[in-house]
Amino acid sequence: MAKQIPGVLGSFVHVDAATDAIKTLRTQGHTDLTVYNAAPNHEIEEALEQKVSPVRLFTLVGGLIGCAAGFAMTIWMSLDWPTMVGGKPFGAIPPYTVLAFELTILFGAMFTVAGMLILSFLKPTNKLMYDEKFSDDQIGIFVPCSSDRYSAVEEVMRQAGSVEVRHAS
Amino acid sequence: MTAIAQDRPTQTHAEVTRDVVATLGSHGRGYTLMLGGAVALFLVGLVTFILLLKDGMGLAGYNSPVMWSVYITTFVFWVGIGHAGTLISAILFLFRSPWRTAVYRATEAMTVFAVMTAGLFPIIHIGRQWLFYWLLPYPNQRYLWVNFKSPLLWDVFAIGTYLTVSTTFLVVGLVPDIAAVRDHVSGWRKKIYSICSIGWTGSDNQWRHYSRGYLYLAALATPLVLSVHSVVSWDFAMALVPGWHGTIFAPYFVAGAIYSGVGMVFTLLIPLRKVLHLEHMITVYHLENLAKLTLFTGSILFYAYAIEYFVAWYSGVPAEQTTFYLRAFGPMWWAGWTMIICNAFVSQLFWFKKIRTNITALFILSIFINIGMWFERFVIIVGSLGNDHIPFAWGQLNPNWADWGILAGSFGWFLMYFLLFARTFPIVAIQEIKEMIPMPRKRTGGHR
Repeated sequence: MAKQIPGVLGSFVHVDAATDAIKTLRTQGHTDLTVYNAAPNHEIEEALEQKVSPVRLFTLVGGLIGCAAGFAMTIWMSLDWPTMVGGKPFGAIPPYTVLAFELTILFGAMFTVAGMLILSFLKPTNKLMYDEKFSDDQIGIFVPCSSDRYSAVEEVMRQAGSVEVRHAS
Repeated sequence: MTAIAQDRPTQTHAEVTRDVVATLGSHGRGYTLMLGGAVALFLVGLVTFILLLKDGMGLAGYNSPVMWSVYITTFVFWVGIGHAGTLISAILFLFRSPWRTAVYRATEAMTVFAVMTAGLFPIIHIGRQWLFYWLLPYPNQRYLWVNFKSPLLWDVFAIGTYLTVSTTFLVVGLVPDIAAVRDHVSGWRKKIYSICSIGWTGSDNQWRHYSRGYLYLAALATPLVLSVHSVVSWDFAMALVPGWHGTIFAPYFVAGAIYSGVGMVFTLLIPLRKVLHLEHMITVYHLENLAKLTLFTGSILFYAYAIEYFVAWYSGVPAEQTTFYLRAFGPMWWAGWTMIICNAFVSQLFWFKKIRTNITALFILSIFINIGMWFERFVIIVGSLGNDHIPFAWGQLNPNWADWGILAGSFGWFLMYFLLFARTFPIVAIQEIKEMIPMPRKRTGGHR
C-alpha cells in the first residue's frame, strides 16, 4: 500500500450537504479536494466549478490522424504496385473514402480512450483516503491538509452534515 | 401507470448495487443447463470445423454457382445481431433515452460476442483458414498489396473497427461497475475485480474525463454502426448479380440488422432476467420500448421488401424480374415466404399494446424474428446466386450437415460467451442506473 497523503475524509449521504461542504472548503482555500461518487453528478461538478475535459482534443487529433492514415495507406499502396482494377484510377478516392472513414472512427476511439486513461490517472488516487461506501451510496470528500488543519476541516464537514469524518493517521 | 412514471428506477443506490452484485457467481440449475447446452452446441461446431480443416471445403454443400452460402448467410446474420447493441448503447445515449440504461449493458455484450462470432465466418469460408491474414495489408514477398477497391476489403476494415470499438465501449462502461463490485466482494474475487477496475475510485477528476470521453465514444460509434452494415450490404450491392444490385441495400440492411438485433435481445433477456432475478430492473416498460423499436425497423423492412419487388418489376430487366419471381414461386419459395412472413408480417403484430406488453408473446415472436432474419440473408445470397444472368448456369444449393454443424456451433459459441459474461460482470449498468436516481437531500426542494 502506497503511503497515504495526510488529510481529512468526510462521508455524506445528502448531495446538498456535500455541495455545501465543497463550497465552504473552496472558499477557505482548499481547492485541491477530491470528491468521490458512485455516478457523475451535475451539482457536484458545479460546486467544484469543473472545466470541460480536454479529452475532446484527443478525439479530434485521433480522428484526423485516422482519416489521413486511411487515405495515405490506400493511395500509397495502390501507387506502389499499380494494378488496374475495374477501370478505375490507381488512386481512386470514392472507394478509399470508406477505408478512411473506418480508420477515422478507429483512431478517434482509440485516442479517446488513451486520453481518458492518461488524464484520469495523471492525478492518481491510490495515495488518497477512500471508503468502499463511495462506490455504493455515499459521497466522499477528501481534503489534503497538514495535521494542524484537521480540526478546522473536520468542523466544516460536520457543520455541512457529514455522517462520518476521519483523518489520515 | 404512464410510461413517464416508469422510466425512473424506484430503488435506492444501495439496492441497485446489492441487486446487481447478487447476479454474479453461481446461478443454480437453470443457468447451468443453458450453459451446458451452449457448450454442447459449440462442440458440434468445433468438430465440424476440425473436419473442414482436415478434408477441405468440399465437405460443405457448395454447388456452383452458389459459392456463397450458409457460412456467408450466417456471417451477415451475426453482424446484424450486433447492431441493436450499439444502437441502444450509443445512439440512444446521444438521444438521452431513459429506457436504455437497464438493458444497454446486456445488448452491448451481445454486440461484442455477435461480432466475434461473425468474424469467424469469413475465415471458415475462405477454405484455407490458416491464410486468413492475407486479407490484411502487410508487406509481403511479392510486394503486392490488397485490393482496396473491393468491398470485401472494406468489410475487413469495417468489421475490424466495429469489433475493436464496440469492445472498447463495453470495457470502458464496465470499469466503474467493476469498481462497485470490487468494493462489495471479498477474498480472491476482490483481488481479480481490483485488477480489472484499474484503480477506479469514482473521483471527480476521473468522472470529469470519463463522462466526456464516453460521450465522444458514443458519438463515434453512432456513424460506425450505420456504416458497418452498409459496408456489409455493399459486399452484395456492388456486384451485378440480380437481386443484389440495388441502391436501397445500405438502409435496408441497417434496418434489418437492428430488427434482428432487437429480436435477439428479447431471446436473451427474457430468460436471463428471470434466471438472474432482475425482473424489477428490466421491466415490461423496457421490453415494450424495445418492441416499439422492432415495430419501427420491421416496418422499414416491410417497405424495403415492397420496394424491391416494385423496382424489379419497374426496371424491365428480365433477370431481375425472374429472380424476384423465383423468390416467391421458385424452388426455394419456402425460404422466401419465411422471410416475408417472419419479418414484414410478424413485426406488424407489435402495433398491439397487448402483444408489446406480453412477455411470453415477445419471446415467441423473437424466435420468429431470428428465423426470419436468417432466412432473409439466405434468400438474398443463395437465391440470387443460384439464378444469375445465364439460365444455363443456374444451380441450387444443397446444404448438408457441415453447413448446419457450423451454424449450430456459432450459436453455441455466442451463447457460451454471453452466459459466462452474465455471471462474471454486471449485466445491468450499476453506474448509469444510479445516475438516474436522484440522490437524497437534506433540504427539501429540487436542484436550485
